[in-house]
Amino acid sequence: DRHLSRCDTKINVIVHFCDRKDEDDGTEIGEGGDEWMHGKTLIKPPDQLDLTEAELKEEFTRILTANNPHAPQNIVRYSFKERSYKPISSVDQLAVHFFLEGNLLHRDSDEARRQKAKQGLPDEKATVALECDVSFFPQLQAAGGEEAGDVEEGGGEDGAHSVDSKTGKKEQKLTNQFNFSERASQTLNNPLRERGCQTEPPPRASFSATANQWEIYDVYLEEMQKQEKNKEKAKAVPKKEDDKVIYVLAKVAKIIERMVNQNTFDDIAQDFRYFEDASDEFREQEGTLLPLWKFQYDQAKRLSVTALCWNQSYKDLFAVGLGSYDFTKQGRGMLVFYSLKNSTYPEYNYPTTSGILCLDIHPDRPYLVAVGFYDGCVAVYNLKEERPEPVYKSSSKSGKHTDPVWQVRWQKDDMDNHQNFFSVSSDGRVVSWTLVKSELVFTDIIKLSLVGAVSEGPEGVPPPTMACGTSFDFHKQINYLFLVGTEEGKIHKCSKAYSSQFLETYDAHNMAVDAVKWNQFHPKVFISCSSDWTVKIWDHTIRTPVFIFDLNAAVGDVAWSPYSSTVFAAVTADGKVHVFDLGINKYEAICQQPVVAKKKTKLTHIEFNPVYPIIIVGDDRGYVTSLKLSPNLRSKPKEKKGQELPRGPEVEIAKMEKLLSLLREPENSKA
Amino acid sequence: MAEVEETLKRIQTHKGVIGTIVVNAEGIPIRTTLDNSTTVQYAGLLHQLTMKARSTVRDIDPQNDLTFLRIRSKKHEIMVAPDKEYMLIVIQNPSE
Repeated sequence: DRHLSRCDTKINVIVHFCDRKDEDDGTEIGEGGDEWMHGKTLIKPPDQLDLTEAELKEEFTRILTANNPHAPQNIVRYSFKERSYKPISSVDQLAVHFFLEGNLLHRDSDEARRQKAKQGLPDEKATVALECDVSFFPQLQAAGGEEAGDVEEGGGEDGAHSVDSKTGKKEQKLTNQFNFSERASQTLNNPLRERGCQTEPPPRASFSATANQWEIYDVYLEEMQKQEKNKEKAKAVPKKEDDKVIYVLAKVAKIIERMVNQNTFDDIAQDFRYFEDASDEFREQEGTLLPLWKFQYDQAKRLSVTALCWNQSYKDLFAVGLGSYDFTKQGRGMLVFYSLKNSTYPEYNYPTTSGILCLDIHPDRPYLVAVGFYDGCVAVYNLKEERPEPVYKSSSKSGKHTDPVWQVRWQKDDMDNHQNFFSVSSDGRVVSWTLVKSELVFTDIIKLSLVGAVSEGPEGVPPPTMACGTSFDFHKQINYLFLVGTEEGKIHKCSKAYSSQFLETYDAHNMAVDAVKWNQFHPKVFISCSSDWTVKIWDHTIRTPVFIFDLNAAVGDVAWSPYSSTVFAAVTADGKVHVFDLGINKYEAICQQPVVAKKKTKLTHIEFNPVYPIIIVGDDRGYVTSLKLSPNLRSKPKEKKGQELPRGPEVEIAKMEKLLSLLREPENSKA
Repeated sequence: MAEVEETLKRIQTHKGVIGTIVVNAEGIPIRTTLDNSTTVQYAGLLHQLTMKARSTVRDIDPQNDLTFLRIRSKKHEIMVAPDKEYMLIVIQNPSE
């Protein structure tokens, strides 16, 4: 027990131990306290344990260990070897009371080095700055505030300088794979989504073509035509008929028909082209006619052929006029065109109300045909047009003839470029018709008046003063000169210029003059034929005929040949064709041949083809027969050896002239 | 219009003609007077031949064109007339 003096309580520190066990402590401290405390008395706290002396003398041992009192003493670990929990022998006794992370680095470590390097620069910078400051200080002090601008400038300069030095320092620093840091960042990836849609596949067609030279040519042609059409800007759109399959075939069908016919009549075609009668060599002078095609048209059966004309431009095309010569049997007529290429069906046909008596195809315009009718009308047909009526027709108002028209002839275009033609009729007028736009304008050229003694008719009836013209022909070279044959049997030589007077009159025949024709070559010679069985050849300067031939039957028609001036042919009512060659035989025909089967048929017309050696003959049954002339009929004068004979019309003229001179001489001598 | 019809009729009734066929540009027969199988055969074969022939003619001279093609055989003769869009075939026995 300790008792502290009451007087020392203020000064003396009372060492009080809360721990009741630690009496020793108290004593120790007491001892310690004894040293400085004088006269200390032990104070006994009120709640102190009262221990006996013995207990007080008991010694307690205390050991200082380094054991952590908080460390666990019973850590056990599972041992897989013994398959049980075992206490760990050594337990960690370390207790950390305080931890502070310092910022001291070892000098030689990497981080330290790095920092040193970094610090090296700011160190220098700092030193530079310091230097600046140091240097500028005296300046500042000297100049005061006026140098403030300079300071800044200087600072800027030095800053620049420092930057330079810095960059210089930076260049030295090398990056290596250990120091190198890579930065990467990942952006947001938009989620990918696949979208698809299916469309309907376009319609497909496989196409193949060839590109040949001609296909290219075709395309170019089409283009050109299109361009031309655009340029023209079609005024009137042509009417297009129904484009049915069948109508497109027109041309093709025509070709096929011709070919089919050619096949059927193959032998005739071959004969036409190549056959030459070899037997002509044995016959001295005579020739024969080889029958070729026969043309007939169903609808023309009752009619007789009244006119024949070859087309000058298309040598295989000819026109047939059908009508009737019989006064009592007058009805309809027909204009039919045939081609040699198709003998079964005509190329064109135009039915007419009145019988046709004559026709002529324009020499320059092969599509224009002039036709003379029995009722006195004249008409012009245009073959190019589709319609069956004529383009022009004369009417009673426009001066048509009052009697049948026996002959029509195209003339050359007049000064206004109008086409015109002449017609002769039984009413005694020779009329010229001009095609003016859409009309036929007529002009009387001449009126045929009766020549000769006028005898009083019975009961004082004045005799007719007009003669009836039955045929005429224009001179080949002299345009204004023409011949007219009349029903009285006279032939008048007229001129277009003189309308009332004849230049000459010939007493030709006893009956009507059926045909009068100028020679194709010789300018002075013409031929005439009549129903009085005779054919006469004239020189127009002589009033009597040069040659007279009696054919024993009424002569229907006579024609000069286009290849020789001395050859002509005549047809008679007994169905025979007579061919004469005055160069060979002046008195007789070199060919007399019946050409029609039935004997009662009369031949009405004959025409030579301008190019081919064939003739066409028309009869009164409506048939047209084509015949080929055998070589003897087409003979040319014999060539003298080693001398080339001059060809051409001069030769023909000379031939004829020679003949005529032979005839004239005896006359002259007689006279 | 009716003329073409008449012409075709005349061809069909002409002496020796066995049959006629009208073929269009693709080789399909449009009109015929023969039986079906024969027609189809003729049309197909002749169409090709005509095209070949036309091609030949025009290759030599593009301004030229084929007008007519004839094949004469022992038994009969086949005639083909081509057109821009159509073709007319006629089979004839010429020596009948």
